[in-house]
Amino acid sequence: MDQGPAITGKSIPRIDGPVKVRGQAKYAAEYDVADLLHAAIVSASIAKGRVISIDAAAAKNFPGVVAVLTHKNRPWFWPFSFLYKDLAGPPGKPFRPLYDDRVLFSGQPVALIVADNYEAARDAAALVSVSYEREQHATDLAVEVSKAYKPPRHRLGLAPTPHPTGDADRAFLASPVKVEASYTTAAENHHPMELFATTVEWSDKIVTVYDKTQSPKSVEIFLKVALRLFRRKVRVVSSFVGGAFGLGLRPQQSVILAVLAAKALKRSVRLVLPRDHMFALGYRANAIQTVSLGADENGRLLAIKHQAVAATSQSEDAQDPMLNFSASLYRCDNVKLTYQLAKLDTVSPCDMRAPGAATGMFALECAMDELAYAINIDPLALRLANYTERDQSENRPFSSKALRECYLQGAERFGWAKRSHAPRSMRKGKELIGWGMATGVWEAAMSPAPARVKVSLLADGRFEVTTSITDIGTGTYTILTQIAADALGAPRERVVVKLGDSALPFNPIQGGSWTAATSGSAVQAACDKLKKKILLRAKQTGIVGNGQATELLSPAALADLLKLSGSDNLSATATIINVKFGKKYASATHSAVFAEVRIDEELAVVRVTRLVCTVAAGRILNPATARSQIIGASVMGIGKALYEDAATDHNLGRCMAHNFADYHIPSNADVYDIEVLFVEETDDKVSPIGVKGLGEIGSVAVAPAIANAIFHATGQRMRDLPITIDRLTRLSD
Amino acid sequence: MRRFEYLRAASIDQAIERLSFDPGAKLLAGGTNLVDLMKYDVACPTTIIDINDLPLGDIKETSDGGLRIGALVTNSDLAFHPVIENRYPLLASAILAGASAQLRNAATVAGNLLQRTRCSYFYDVMTPCNKRTPGSGCPARNGLNRNHAILGASQDCVATHPSDMCVALAAIGTMIVVQGPNGARSISLADFHRLPGDTPEQDTTLRNNEIILGIELPPAPEFQRYSYLKIRDRLSYAFALVSAAALLTIDDGVISTAHVALGGVAHKPWRDTAAEVVLVGRPASRGNFHQFASMLLSRSEALSQNGFKIELARRTVVRALEQAASRTPQSQSDKRVH
Ligand SMILES: Cc1cc2nc3c(=O)[nH]c(=O)nc-3n(C[C@H](O)[C@H](O)[C@H](O)COP(=O)(O)OP(=O)(O)OC[C@H]3O[C@@H](n4cnc5c(N)ncnc54)[C@H](O)[C@@H]3O)c2cc1C
Repeated sequence: MDQGPAITGKSIPRIDGPVKVRGQAKYAAEYDVADLLHAAIVSASIAKGRVISIDAAAAKNFPGVVAVLTHKNRPWFWPFSFLYKDLAGPPGKPFRPLYDDRVLFSGQPVALIVADNYEAARDAAALVSVSYEREQHATDLAVEVSKAYKPPRHRLGLAPTPHPTGDADRAFLASPVKVEASYTTAAENHHPMELFATTVEWSDKIVTVYDKTQSPKSVEIFLKVALRLFRRKVRVVSSFVGGAFGLGLRPQQSVILAVLAAKALKRSVRLVLPRDHMFALGYRANAIQTVSLGADENGRLLAIKHQAVAATSQSEDAQDPMLNFSASLYRCDNVKLTYQLAKLDTVSPCDMRAPGAATGMFALECAMDELAYAINIDPLALRLANYTERDQSENRPFSSKALRECYLQGAERFGWAKRSHAPRSMRKGKELIGWGMATGVWEAAMSPAPARVKVSLLADGRFEVTTSITDIGTGTYTILTQIAADALGAPRERVVVKLGDSALPFNPIQGGSWTAATSGSAVQAACDKLKKKILLRAKQTGIVGNGQATELLSPAALADLLKLSGSDNLSATATIINVKFGKKYASATHSAVFAEVRIDEELAVVRVTRLVCTVAAGRILNPATARSQIIGASVMGIGKALYEDAATDHNLGRCMAHNFADYHIPSNADVYDIEVLFVEETDDKVSPIGVKGLGEIGSVAVAPAIANAIFHATGQRMRDLPITIDRLTRLSD
Repeated sequence: MRRFEYLRAASIDQAIERLSFDPGAKLLAGGTNLVDLMKYDVACPTTIIDINDLPLGDIKETSDGGLRIGALVTNSDLAFHPVIENRYPLLASAILAGASAQLRNAATVAGNLLQRTRCSYFYDVMTPCNKRTPGSGCPARNGLNRNHAILGASQDCVATHPSDMCVALAAIGTMIVVQGPNGARSISLADFHRLPGDTPEQDTTLRNNEIILGIELPPAPEFQRYSYLKIRDRLSYAFALVSAAALLTIDDGVISTAHVALGGVAHKPWRDTAAEVVLVGRPASRGNFHQFASMLLSRSEALSQNGFKIELARRTVVRALEQAASRTPQSQSDKRVH
């Protein structure tokens, strides 16, 4: 009756689009709460040392100011740092704002002004003067690289850097063709559109926290344990999140400080961290890498050596899968990967879209391009010559791998065959033209922790789907609606999806590109269960003779059913546990990106005039939102290649690019044509619904494709990101 | 942000009077720079004198065939004014190379002239800066100075003037008309912005109690050879690393006048009339442009990170002159440099 054609796999417009454009979607800082206090931070100007004194007299006397919190008068904290661990943190001691007098990084909050209006809090914050005892800081990775170390403890949930296979050192030395080069990548900040913000609604029994996070559940647990709210009910709400890119994976300073203040004052408090504080919340670790590739004259890889030293903070060993894909992307018997960290006096680095991969693959894919030119074969042909159907690092097949189709369809679409191989061989007018390509890869995973979804039949015949996970702008509301509608055979108007609330069924963290696969599978399972229940109930109550599901699921039949069975509570819950397929298969999302750049030969003005991104990501639930994911990630890739640099003054130990005038992200003018193609890929193993996830993959291959295109255009290897004009100005000589 | 008093000036005299007895007072025009600086606690005026009701919004032709432009004319209105488009296209082009449409709708002529440097130390009160806090030091000199001055800098300050509009005004040759308690005076643009020396806190020669009434442009012919070429770290919405404004008149292939100003390289729009003379009477050739550009930059000095700007500026000048000579001015919407 109701059942229309399936909508999963169709370009359904975003379910949350209308509320967003009408301004009805509420973000963390937009909740109206009675008697709300407003907080503002005072942050450290030095990178390392101690706070000697804080003169807050003027701030305290400022009209409207209610309190000034510092490490001296904050509520009691656990002295054990392990109690501040969260679901996504690396090994080490998590940063605890206002814990003691130590300054660990420039920008660290050292005082919190709480006032009865926002302006008073902000203005009073400017009146606080802090004196410090300075210590010698270290913020320059190029210097600290000499003290690089292997992280002693491994980050939970992160696949370890693959063990060496064969003898890469020897094989490299013996290789007829060798390339070896070093690459550096700048620290980047996440800069989601929405600022980090928290509104705490305080009461004796229940504390409701409206927070910008990628994990309401993780924040709830953290607040209960670390901030000792275990006697109260804590509810964390993040119905809408204006982007996060990984910076919301861990409980942020905003929620910790706002809840601290609320607890101290027993009042409702809001804290919005300003844009210029973004650099003090986390960053994509800058890194120095060396790649050595050995090959035979036909381009067959004989050795891969990939070394990386990534930045971390003094107190945590932040780790990401920087080298994990270097062992599995190509066929090669001798691989050696060395992943090290170097400590800096900064806030801890934090996962940022395609963490690790975007950095590691930049180096590997540029080195592959260098190899192609060392052998004098086409860069795409080199990839195909080293194509592997097995993940050699673990010696297992892939659950599916349509990377070859990505290469071929992308090349076709881009017109790669018309490329002339020699650098500087294509030009138009005063511009050099360069075509470059690169491969992208990201693990296709399910959430490492179990995820629960509940589906209930409402009295009006609609279905409510609930789970605690957020939609950080990726389209989660929409795809879950599509899956539920199809599973229940109901039109999408009769499906209501509720997300982003820790009071809803447990669903750990939105990250790692696993949300669609995990939550989608859980929705599918819960809906299947509910359908069975409805059929059973129908039989029991005897309302429908033939027991046809389609008839039963019409609103009228369902209303009858609820009436007759004397219950308005018909629901089903499903939990997806990531048993997957153990170690039998490797699973990965792949992409091939083809880039065209045009560069003014004299002035080094670079335009990325064309990007073709081909992606193999299993089943595509919604081509429209999927395409948006890849386009957004590609724009980020352009930023990584050409602009983004959280530049630090090492004399001051301070990031100076802490605003959008100095931290450049691509503007509209910087983004020309981006074409996205999804290739067919059927995978019945990766997740119950055949989905691989799309959040990260789009960010991986864009920067190396652009760097390789710049080489092709200019004949210059640009091994340091971002590729700015000053690095490019030696063009015509 | 610090608390301040707000006054909406009813007359020019009232604004001047208030400026005279209240040294902490600041005029507010479009507010796109001042309010920004207030939010960062870089500017902490005690009083804001809003001048938006004052009659300074006209564009009028002067008796000598020039143009008088009121201080409050917005950057957008100016760029799209028919007389500007026809006779001062260099100015229109430079304005459109800057900021964004929204900002240009709010920004005014006087505010643009007086916008402050974009040096990131100047903007960050947690760091020293001689321009913001005289005597506190200049971290840019040995720090992040990729965007900083290559000409006319001092030990105390290596900041640049960020305006695009002013670079065109410098090339055109502009008078700034100001009024103080003792009446009005005119300052040539060349004398309006200063070099930093040991008083980098002073950007201009405007006195504290003076208000800008407007600017005067000299008469200009139609169909000029001009180009404004801005090179920046991304294709739009960034301040210039270097920019060049070029105005040429060429008769029978021979240059009769050449006006060239550089932006992004110094504490003021940079122009060297002595160097320009060299071009006069010579053919409009690439070689001559090169020679001129080298002269223009002969006194440039590099800091640790901005050496690239010297060569970039040279090439930018040459290209802008080529574009002007061939009547193919740089488009501000098509980002390809031609
Ligand atoms: C994001 C951003 C990007 C930008 N990009 C560019 C760019 O690429 N290129 C560029 O050139 N500019 C750029 N700008 C700067 C912009 O051009 C200036 O902010 C604008 O021109 C200032 O004009 P306003 O009227 O808003 O000045 P206001 O902010 O109102 O005033 C600026 C100063 O001028 C003083 N003042 C104003 N009127 C008078 C008067 N009549 N007499 C005396 N003093 C007066 C004020 O007291 C104040 O000190 C950018 C600005 C922003 C915010």
